[in-house]
Amino acid sequence: MSRVTRENLVLEISTDVRSISSAVDYVLSRCSACEVSARKLNLNFRVGLTEALANAMMYGNAHDPSKNVVVEVMMGRDHLQATVRDQGSGFDPALVPDPTGPENLERSSGRGLFLMRELLDDLWFNERGNEVTLVLRTESCGAFEGGASA
Amino acid sequence: MSFQVSKINDVTLIEVEGQLIVGNRHELKQGVLDTVEGGDQKFVIDFANTAYIDSSGLGVLVSLSKKIREKGGELRLSSLNEDLRTLFELTKLDTLFRIAEDKEQALEGF
Repeated sequence: MSRVTRENLVLEISTDVRSISSAVDYVLSRCSACEVSARKLNLNFRVGLTEALANAMMYGNAHDPSKNVVVEVMMGRDHLQATVRDQGSGFDPALVPDPTGPENLERSSGRGLFLMRELLDDLWFNERGNEVTLVLRTESCGAFEGGASA
Repeated sequence: MSFQVSKINDVTLIEVEGQLIVGNRHELKQGVLDTVEGGDQKFVIDFANTAYIDSSGLGVLVSLSKKIREKGGELRLSSLNEDLRTLFELTKLDTLFRIAEDKEQALEGF
């Protein structure tokens, strides 16, 4: 389910990791009014949003298909912002170890949050730890092409 | 995502087509593990037709590399685009893998 106005785009997605790619593609397709390099949009923002959705579905909602993830994307004057919220009990991001440390390099998980921090200009969690907000600085942003639903 | 497996001398070449992401990573992992269990030791995974690998995909490559090394073998990667190279460098996984410009270079002297 999605709702689009000129100011924001809201998606509510059932927990299914197979849907992440198409959800991210849809969000990016709606961000054409943002003046930002294609690389920043297709690498930095894509990776950040993909990892946030994956964490929300795998860890937050524990793969429970009855739970949803809500994505709210807003265009500021000079930034693009996405908030991803799951229905889990939250976590403490400070407890996630650095995956680039020699002792963690061969771990098969734990890189998503690190990539989000590296590739986005700003990132913060709510107090409960079940909602993350990602910010990408842009030259300028316009408005969403409003009114449509998917 | 799909992948093709071929054998060049004693090297198993896996050519991936499409994104390697959380929704499909198990398919590649199982496909390679089946070949590892069959006794193959030298592997090249080529990403010439892959635009994007997410952190779960990176995790599968780390896991496969570890498994192959435990069996006395080696996993090499090839043909990473600029974005993928950035992800490997940020995560320092470029220090864990031998990464070749293309599959031909990866196969050289293997």
